[in-house]
Amino acid sequence: MSSDDAERERRRRTRNIAMLIVLLGLAALFFAITLVKLTKI
Amino acid sequence: MSRAAGIDLADEAERSSLSASSSGEQETELRDWIALLKPRVMSLVVFTGMIGLVIAPGHLNPVLGFTAVLCIAVAAGACGAINMWYDRDIDAVMRRTRNRPIPAGRIPAPAALGYGIVLAAGSVLIMGIATNLTAAAVLALSIFFYVVIYTMWLKRRTPQNIVIGGAAGAFPAVVGWAAVTGSISLVPLILFAIVFFWTPPHFWALALWANDDYRRAGVPMLPVTAGARETRRQILLYTVVLVPVSLIPWAIGFSGRIYAVTALLLGIGFLVHAWLIVRDRQDMTGVSLTNDAPAKAAFKFSIVYLFVLFAALPIDRLIG
Repeated sequence: MSSDDAERERRRRTRNIAMLIVLLGLAALFFAITLVKLTKI
Repeated sequence: MSRAAGIDLADEAERSSLSASSSGEQETELRDWIALLKPRVMSLVVFTGMIGLVIAPGHLNPVLGFTAVLCIAVAAGACGAINMWYDRDIDAVMRRTRNRPIPAGRIPAPAALGYGIVLAAGSVLIMGIATNLTAAAVLALSIFFYVVIYTMWLKRRTPQNIVIGGAAGAFPAVVGWAAVTGSISLVPLILFAIVFFWTPPHFWALALWANDDYRRAGVPMLPVTAGARETRRQILLYTVVLVPVSLIPWAIGFSGRIYAVTALLLGIGFLVHAWLIVRDRQDMTGVSLTNDAPAKAAFKFSIVYLFVLFAALPIDRLIG
């Protein structure tokens, strides 16, 4: 693997990890909102 | 610059983006996607939104409060991304903006637009689910105002772009308030007015020294259309109006002495900066002979001004 390919791979991995964090964060946020709303009822 | 005139530059930027990605020379970095959100602008928007939320009467569950602030931040970021998509042609010719992800060819323009639309829709939707329809509606209105009224309509057509478009940046405090109360009353409208009158002197101070950039890009900022001398006068006029407006929360009894003294001292400071801009050494045409040093100082001070003024509101209510 050339250094360019390695660099591209690194950037892609960083983006994928960021996307995973965003999705997990959203899932946690929706879960928390649901809990708060249910507690209110 | 009209869109037609600027389209060649935009096409050029997109072409370079395509060639860059096909050759593998440039791969989008995570920080480019973050840069599309204009994080520095976002910080001020988030702060004013948070203050609106904190000083509003009533209680909001911390989770929902956090969500509301997050939605305000994401909506502001979405506006930034759509703004960068629309302004990619003029960004490409301005020194200050030509290294942004789209004109630099690191992010394709359609991807930036899609990113902005998804974030904008998501932030409004989640705001509605987490808090109430009023907050979601005002948030949607603020996005519409920034993207359509300011970016697409006013920015390239009138030197009053900043005055009217400045309203877009004044919405977050109202959104924060509405998230807690579900309604809009006099106080959030006063906060709106403060940011509204603060925006022109803040931006025109920047425009004074970025004049060449705006002229090259054909953006009719006041220094370009009316000249530096008139812009300096307008900065002073708006600052003169801003000071009494900033004292209204105290005048109507919403805030106490701590806020009043803070607002007064900050106002005097801003007036001094505005006066120094007017008195700046300049040639016959109004061009600064000091490299616009007073305008640069006023621009920096204006940011501190808004942060401290808004921070004084909850502090005053807490210990006043």
